[in-house]
Amino acid sequence: MSNRGNPILGWVNDRLPVTQAYEKHMSKYYAPKNLNFWYFFGVFSMLMLVNQILTGVWLTMNYTPSAEAAFASVEFIMRDVEWGWLIRYMHSTGATFFFIAIYLHMMRAVLYGSYQKPRELVWIFGMIIYLALMAEAFMGYVLPWGQMSYWGAQVIISLFSVLPYGDVLTEWIRGDFLISGATLNRFFALHVVAVPLVIVGLVVVHLLALHEVGSNNPDGVDIKAKKDEQGKPLDGIPFHPYYSVHDMVGIVVFLFVFCTVMFFFPEGNGFMLEYANFEPANGLKTPAHIAPVWYFGAFYAILRAVPDKLAGVALMGGAIAILFVLPWLDRSPVRSWRYKGWFSRIFILVFAVAFVMLTWLGTQPATGINTLLAQIGSVIYFSFFLLMPIYSKLDKTKPVPERVTGGH
Amino acid sequence: MSLRMKKLFALVALCLPMTVFAAGAGIELDEHRTDLRDTASLQRGAQTFVNYCMGCHSLKHSRYNRVASDLGIPEELMMDNLVFADKSFGDLMTIAMDPVDAKTWFGVAPPDLTLVARVRRPDWLYTYLRTFYEDPTRPYGVNNLAFPQVGMPHVLADLQGRQVIGTAQVAVGKDPLTNQDIMEEQDHVLYIAEEGQLTEAEYDKLVYDLVNFLVYVAEPIALERERLGFWVLLFLAFFFIPVYFMNKEFWRDVK
Repeated sequence: MSNRGNPILGWVNDRLPVTQAYEKHMSKYYAPKNLNFWYFFGVFSMLMLVNQILTGVWLTMNYTPSAEAAFASVEFIMRDVEWGWLIRYMHSTGATFFFIAIYLHMMRAVLYGSYQKPRELVWIFGMIIYLALMAEAFMGYVLPWGQMSYWGAQVIISLFSVLPYGDVLTEWIRGDFLISGATLNRFFALHVVAVPLVIVGLVVVHLLALHEVGSNNPDGVDIKAKKDEQGKPLDGIPFHPYYSVHDMVGIVVFLFVFCTVMFFFPEGNGFMLEYANFEPANGLKTPAHIAPVWYFGAFYAILRAVPDKLAGVALMGGAIAILFVLPWLDRSPVRSWRYKGWFSRIFILVFAVAFVMLTWLGTQPATGINTLLAQIGSVIYFSFFLLMPIYSKLDKTKPVPERVTGGH
Repeated sequence: MSLRMKKLFALVALCLPMTVFAAGAGIELDEHRTDLRDTASLQRGAQTFVNYCMGCHSLKHSRYNRVASDLGIPEELMMDNLVFADKSFGDLMTIAMDPVDAKTWFGVAPPDLTLVARVRRPDWLYTYLRTFYEDPTRPYGVNNLAFPQVGMPHVLADLQGRQVIGTAQVAVGKDPLTNQDIMEEQDHVLYIAEEGQLTEAEYDKLVYDLVNFLVYVAEPIALERERLGFWVLLFLAFFFIPVYFMNKEFWRDVK
């Protein structure tokens, strides 16, 4: 994409650095050549973000944000709007796959130490995106105005009542003394306008910060340390075309899985579209079992692991907050778990299992053995982070190679 | 249901606690093998619904013409038999009963049933509609195993007959030599004390068709969704080939 022979591009480039930006972020952005499948999940998240925005725009055209009409308008979309059912299922399935992609994207960062210096800001911006995404998903789930929309919102908003001035605060969030049409309307505004703007802005910052310091890789080797005569990293290759064609392969596979679920299991066995949510919201009829959608399961399980509400809320908040300081908890001299010691490696695996278990428990009733398991899971969750400054320092690391290994 | 089936069902139920929750009451549910391709069954179910249920229950998100075209019912036939006199072909399947009146009469307004199969699930509906039994302590003289203390009268009682709960001879298996049922006396089982217009098998079939229809009407696009899904997956599978080789070609020179 040079200016020669293209007067229009030249004209634009004199006024807006299009070519320069293209080169910085695509054709001359050198990514390590040994990125493995874990590195697909970032682009999958982007794909799902675009999917959510596009399908969301079309849903908005027929959705009615009022307590009286919301539920019926969703069924109107499902039945009477041309292709409405497809757009709605793309959006509801998209939420699940967005979180799957994000969780695996975060797991990748944990495995290969991508949050370590100098990528702390990349991690922090990612965490803020995750936080915004949770708010976005929570408010989006209220919009169909089914029983779980209503009672899920009731449970989550009531959590704020443990804070100082809790009653005033919850009333301010709801815009009413209880969950009502006023709540639905403001959640619609936030879900459709405010939070998406924040997320898109943060994604731009996340990528700018990443491209400033460069991508990490499964070896955790700094590819900028070894450059050729022209200043290109020896182990780096231009993002475009190499990783753009590479990501295409991943995207087709991802879409295959996505479409299998969307076309054949759109309810996700009650974990994506909860059965109780096909019943309109009724403030006088509490469902027997109020469960969050699966992607909030882990934090909901931590919340319920302790019998005290204030302590539960504090723990749940802590479970999310502690992720933000991860870059400073890890004292290991190496990035990737490939070269970390056994203690770190086993702890990462145990943590992953505990997180999956907590996710499952959050969707189940908190009875008997489930509460005990949630307590065990919570202890593992917090020890992974809180003990990290100790075990990551004591652990015996392996020598890190000078150049990346494996790959292509 | 054979013992093996029951064991299998129990196993599945253990693995999917959500299913059990949707069911509510803790009784073992009979399986409804939903078949949305069985148009004749769906048509019979629609007929039963309009004749027996629609006095009190609406399908207010569904339209008559959509049901007619999906179920292959000609417009004239539909209008003559299944559409109430004051409605047009393209109308929503609402009812005239006022919810406030209904609450006075029944204690709870009969819910709209458009999505009931997605809320309660087919197995539960199939069990529920077949487990009404006589209970003089209840306002309408009937109670239900799947939905204890239910407020609904047994609308299909004339068809099913008088079902009571008590001690009865139950077939627990087949004698391998004589090929006859092995009977055993059991407490707390349902049996028909007085035959209705239908035999037990006929009644089960009627309820099967009705539930089949309710599953259809809860998500009328289901069949089309799967049909389209097949072609989308096929496209992606073929699209994978050029994408895969394009990637391979580009990466050939990377060492």
